[in-house]
Amino acid sequence: MTFTYTRATSQAAAIAEVSADPKAAFLAGGTTQVDLALKDGVIDPRRLVDISRLPMAGITVDGDALRVGATTTMAEMAADERVGRLLPFVREALLLGASPQLRNMATIGGNLLQRTRCRYFRDLAEARCNKRTPGTGCAAVEGVARMHAILGASPSCIALHASDLAVPLTALGSIVHLRSGGGPRTVPLTEFYRLPGEAPDRENVLWHGELITDVEIPLPPTRARTTYIKVRDRSSYEFALTSAAVATVVEAGFVVSARIALGGVGTIPWRAWEAEDVLRDAPVNDESFRAAANAAIHRPFTVPGTEFKVELAKRTLVRALRITTGLVAEPTS
Amino acid sequence: MNEIIVNTTINGRREQLRVDASVTLLDALRDRLGLTGTKKGCDQGACGACTVHLDGRRVVSCLTLAVQADGREVLTVEGLGGGHPMQEAFVRHDAFQCGYCTPGQVLSAVALLDEGRAGTDEEIREFMSGNLCRCGAYPNIVAAIREVAGR
Repeated sequence: MTFTYTRATSQAAAIAEVSADPKAAFLAGGTTQVDLALKDGVIDPRRLVDISRLPMAGITVDGDALRVGATTTMAEMAADERVGRLLPFVREALLLGASPQLRNMATIGGNLLQRTRCRYFRDLAEARCNKRTPGTGCAAVEGVARMHAILGASPSCIALHASDLAVPLTALGSIVHLRSGGGPRTVPLTEFYRLPGEAPDRENVLWHGELITDVEIPLPPTRARTTYIKVRDRSSYEFALTSAAVATVVEAGFVVSARIALGGVGTIPWRAWEAEDVLRDAPVNDESFRAAANAAIHRPFTVPGTEFKVELAKRTLVRALRITTGLVAEPTS
Repeated sequence: MNEIIVNTTINGRREQLRVDASVTLLDALRDRLGLTGTKKGCDQGACGACTVHLDGRRVVSCLTLAVQADGREVLTVEGLGGGHPMQEAFVRHDAFQCGYCTPGQVLSAVALLDEGRAGTDEEIREFMSGNLCRCGAYPNIVAAIREVAGR
């Protein structure tokens, strides 16, 4: 497995170079790409165009939003004073993901584009993977599953989107800024990812050669309280079994607004619109939260290894709601 | 093959390497420069044995391409010189058994102090979580770091 390497001198040059070669790809932090190309052999880029030294990193306040350059690292974003003050649950999600070393390397754009941790996808010894080789079937559906999706999943693919960061970003209605040879465009994060359906190999709406340049994160109302709860098999440095990102505004014992996204359960970062609807104007109590959780985990697609996630995901959301609404004082995890 | 010339500073010494684009920093350090203190564990970014500092920040060298170190400064365990306070604390606290993960642990621990993450034992454990130790020397690793942090 080998490839050519070039260091991009500008965004436009990088986009032109990748666009011109179907086997080319952008390289940023490399934590997914180097792993999948060199170690697992699952992807086979022939040309890597390094964008990590382009002047794209950095965080700016843009009206009622924070704008994060795509090559900003996870560590840089977590250390940013404004992120900690204005988006505390985004900071929590960043620091609960990966390890300190990986957070120093991995970029925000790359985080959104990270590939699934499904063991079957990453193991060439397994021939059946619709995501890797369309039309071959899904080994995970019939095999050993645990770190897999129950929402947005189908018999053709139950691969999980493993990002923590994308969960609060999805809850807040973040917008991805893209640039291609045809110019710039913006896509809401909730419309950026594709459900696997019949084509699990198509994971997002990016065109070949199109680059994520920035992520725009709308700030929650200043009176909102937020949390990111992550449940996992180890107490640190582990992907989520389930997670919940919640931002709520409460007034006189009632929920005024709720923004909710779930991690660890979806083939894409999962915005829980139905749960948000249930909570609007609902009293702050466990009955409301349970009803919201039932609405969030609606018609899950489970296999024997993932059935436990239905109840675990509901309890994770209820716990997060208890914290942000003040029903309990502190995270109990 | 796509050979590229990489100019880098390793442990304060300027090095010029001609490497294929697909060579990792870890393999370049070990196989080309003979700096075998940096260890290859999982080789997939999961264990931290290959931790080095790149421009002062800890990274896993197994997922860093050698070409990505061009124009940058690399610090490996050899650069600590053997008498670094963290190394001495590891010895004093018996913070290893087989020692294979130790170079990565020490480099991660030095970075952790720079990052100001040694405030509590819980914080040390969380911010050392990217370095696995199969011998289970964790309590002694935490003790060594705590001592160097002056707590």
